[in-house]
Amino acid sequence: MSKNLKALTNGILKENPVFVLLLGMCPTLGTTSSAINGFGMGIATAFVLVCSNLGISLLKNFIPDKVRIPAFIVIIASFVTVVEMLMQAYTPPLYESLGLFIPLIVVNCILLARAESFASKNSPFVSALDGLGMGAGFTLALTILGSVREFLGTGKIFDFTIYPENYGLLTFVLAPGAFIVLGFLIVTVNRLKTAKN
Amino acid sequence: MTYILIFISAVFINNVVLSQILGICPFLGVSKKIDTAIGMGISVTFVIAISTLVTFLLMQYILIPLNLQFMQTISFILVIAALVQMVEIILKKVSPSLYQSLGVFLPLITTNCAVLGVAILVTQHDIYKESLLLSVVYATATAIGFALALLIFAGIREQLAIANVPKAFQGMPVALIIAGILAMVFMGFTGIV
Repeated sequence: MSKNLKALTNGILKENPVFVLLLGMCPTLGTTSSAINGFGMGIATAFVLVCSNLGISLLKNFIPDKVRIPAFIVIIASFVTVVEMLMQAYTPPLYESLGLFIPLIVVNCILLARAESFASKNSPFVSALDGLGMGAGFTLALTILGSVREFLGTGKIFDFTIYPENYGLLTFVLAPGAFIVLGFLIVTVNRLKTAKN
Repeated sequence: MTYILIFISAVFINNVVLSQILGICPFLGVSKKIDTAIGMGISVTFVIAISTLVTFLLMQYILIPLNLQFMQTISFILVIAALVQMVEIILKKVSPSLYQSLGVFLPLITTNCAVLGVAILVTQHDIYKESLLLSVVYATATAIGFALALLIFAGIREQLAIANVPKAFQGMPVALIIAGILAMVFMGFTGIV
């Protein structure tokens, strides 16, 4: 039981994929122009992560060692296509605003990293839990980053106005803001970690 | 003239790293030294140009006629992975010295989102999806933009290595903040074309 719990909580704080492992930077920076976009991207990635971890773990004994990376990529790409079609059908506005970054979930380093280092060595149930934990950590990080950028840029969080939009600094919604806000968030995490020790 | 405009806009205005935020992993990962940045830049340029050429033909002559557009993501990533492998084998035979210097980076390029990103962007764009030549010019220019950003960033980081940075900022955070300032600089190019 404790092993399962550890697999689940590991990704959320201790090995947070964004703030600690620094994986999957492209969607992290590219899609967090608002809190809702970051949250949507996080959920989509978490879904693919759970499914691909489960699938790879179930198939690990059938995949020859030499072609495992292409095989993993095909499994991941299939689930990404599923997510892409689901989002196109049920959440068209989110699909529009995330655009190119949905197919690009395929090349998110987190997916291949978890497949290679966790799912190919553990049982299906634990692998799915690991995917869920990592996905939750990723979603959390993207939502925080998206909220901060949306707050600084337009004065809103999840479209809820906190201060008038005119005072917002548009740079934070654009590309430079992504780099700078993430930099400062990682500094905060580092600082909290040293303070704890 | 069109080609020059495409080139300038892809290299400076819509820089793939600093404006479209694609290919961040290698941008942050292999920018500690100028030498390795040059190697990575050249290999990525090579792979983006060839993969866009192949995926464009794949899309136009296989996927669209057979109504298989939904297979785009899966087929593109497989083509890119195979191409990277092929480039690696060819380089090993033709130019062992170049292979030696690029060797480490080649397998990494498969998971560079800029490669898949440009291949997909070209199929969605109104003008580029009509013309093979324009697509390849755009892809090459984008890749040169990537190499340029990587080179500038590596230059700054070499200087940064000897600077006295506060402890919590060391490593990735300060690199990210510098990248943000660099992105602001590139925002200055907006509107010149």
